[in-house]
Amino acid sequence: MSAASESVRPEPSAEDRFEYVLRLADTSLIAGQRLAELLGHGPALEEDLALGNLSLDLIGQARLLLALAGRIEGRGRDEDALAFLRDAPDFRNVTLAEQPNGDFGATIVRQCLLDAWQLESYQCLTGSSDRELADIAHKAVKECRYHWRFSAGWLARLGDGTEESHARVRTALESLWRFTDELLTPDALDARMAVCGIGPAPALIRERWETRVATALAQAKLERPAHQHYPWHGKRGVHTEYLGHLLAEMQCVPRAYPGATW
Amino acid sequence: MNEDWVLYEVFIRSRSGLEHKHVGSLHAADARMAIEHARDTYTRRQEGVSIWVVRSSDIVASDPAEAEELFEPARDKVYRHPTFYAIPEDVKNI
Amino acid sequence: MYTQALDSPEAAAADERESERLERFQARIDRDEKIEPKDWMPEAYRQTLLRQIAQHAHSEIVGMLPEGNWITRAPSLRRKVVLIAKVQDEGGHGMYLYSAAETLGVSRGELIEQLLSGRAKYSSIFNYPTLTWADIGAIGWLVDGAAIMNQIPLCRCSYGPYARAMVRICKEESFHQRQGYEIMLTLSRGSAAQRAMAQDALDRWWWPSLMMFGPSDAHSVHTAQSMRWKIKRFSNDELRQKFIDVTVPQAEFLGLAVPDPDLRWDESAEHYVPGPIDWSEFHAVLKGEGPCNRERLEARRAAHGAGRWVREAAAAFAEKHREPPHAAPAG
Ligand SMILES: [Fe+2]
Ligand SMILES: [Fe+2]
Repeated sequence: MSAASESVRPEPSAEDRFEYVLRLADTSLIAGQRLAELLGHGPALEEDLALGNLSLDLIGQARLLLALAGRIEGRGRDEDALAFLRDAPDFRNVTLAEQPNGDFGATIVRQCLLDAWQLESYQCLTGSSDRELADIAHKAVKECRYHWRFSAGWLARLGDGTEESHARVRTALESLWRFTDELLTPDALDARMAVCGIGPAPALIRERWETRVATALAQAKLERPAHQHYPWHGKRGVHTEYLGHLLAEMQCVPRAYPGATW
Repeated sequence: MNEDWVLYEVFIRSRSGLEHKHVGSLHAADARMAIEHARDTYTRRQEGVSIWVVRSSDIVASDPAEAEELFEPARDKVYRHPTFYAIPEDVKNI
Repeated sequence: MYTQALDSPEAAAADERESERLERFQARIDRDEKIEPKDWMPEAYRQTLLRQIAQHAHSEIVGMLPEGNWITRAPSLRRKVVLIAKVQDEGGHGMYLYSAAETLGVSRGELIEQLLSGRAKYSSIFNYPTLTWADIGAIGWLVDGAAIMNQIPLCRCSYGPYARAMVRICKEESFHQRQGYEIMLTLSRGSAAQRAMAQDALDRWWWPSLMMFGPSDAHSVHTAQSMRWKIKRFSNDELRQKFIDVTVPQAEFLGLAVPDPDLRWDESAEHYVPGPIDWSEFHAVLKGEGPCNRERLEARRAAHGAGRWVREAAAAFAEKHREPPHAAPAG
């Protein structure tokens, strides 16, 4: 995204841009939906309010991004058409985002790994050559900074809390770690968007994510799990079974009453 | 095992230039969490630009039973107020 | 306590001091002075307040559940964020109220224990199920509408912390009813199926909403004393009447029928006169025999139980990492 390469940048195709924005949009949407499930069921009243705020930020990001995706696509689909009338294989969220909440430890681990990725991604995207995307990133990066502060804080409390809490987050970390492969492994689209100056250089995200997560794990007295290969990537539409259930619930009303306004 | 969090009092500065004002209380396990909870509870509608949290148990309060000796003696010190002094209307800028 | 030893001269003197104190207390209330936590107050005043504030707090918390039931299924992203923000507000209200109750010397932990053990009461309205999306509209419009009607006078309640909590709550409530009515409006202007959904929701929520104001004045145990103490400003029936008078025209605007065949407008009194309320249902729901009493308490117990290890971990972490005093000067 350096200014020097401006003159030689290739123009991205609309399909690529649409697909790329959907990755960000769907990741925020699905993560926001997951957190929304917890409202009223958190470990303390104060945490209910906190989780609600995270969810509101994420769904807010998703709405802006979905609207942008709809404009790029140019077929008249608005945020709701994209959120409620697509099937699981058309969703482009990273697989980590759709993982169930599990216990509070699993929720925190998922959020921590995801928050770090969103934070670094949006940080880079504030310099995107796509002005609209850069504007959204400017807003989102502030939110993600707080999300990270929240989830990393809790990771430390749970990792360095009691024996039980340590064991619980360690288990969650072991089981969710495989999904981080997708966050850090660029595919052809990531590479093309980086060349266009729209998306960040994948190597940069990996490096910053690694540093950030390593610090948080150290503070939480947790060991970084060994690398786990996991090539089925939600960002290419290959999801875990959880997404179908999440969508069945989320989409049921608009799909039961086609064409209705709400 | 202890699962009770500490009661904190929350003070919010609503705009820069104004003082922090007591807005309520909350429970938190540590100071950082107390700030976060205060943010999530008491500034959701842009009510603040700065937060103080204080453990409720750290607040020293006057005793209402002593209110008479503490506050009544100020009542007759009317000479502390500018309206106590009669200045002719013709005198300006005073 | 002193009543046990009425014969002794010390007790007689104490008795006189007590009645003097009571008189002075009542005089403060009559002058519209606020009572603050450390002020002297009659034990009965403290108990009445505590019961009322705790019930109110529990209602906010349990009230998150029926609406929370539809967050994941809200039919548009706009409706979803509104509902999240609304349910989140109710959690905040619960917090403010628990805090107010704590100033009376009972910890939040104890209050929650009373709720989870089934000893404490909460508003019976939240023991009804939310079956369709229209129920979210009906709750905002009717249940929040009734709650606001109840709560606005409480902003002037004689107990300072409660009154201040209510001021904050009423400010936040103002969008709750409007978003509910907006849902009802959209549905009633929508397809036939949507209109039917809206009517069905009104049919199910109308009577329980009227019961939210509590038993009729003739059967209300606490009203008179609470009014004298300015813990309560209007009687149950007065508030219920006010609610009916403002709500019936709103239903008419929606083109929906209020499910009360006896409802009529009394020209001379300028009030709507409703048909008789089935109080046996109210008492049954209050006793725990409502459609969702078990589920609501179960959900609260489950959340509290599942959160225990989290709360313990945070407390243990704080113990290990005691921050040094005066880490940063306040500024
Ligand atoms: Fe409320
Ligand atoms: Fe409300």
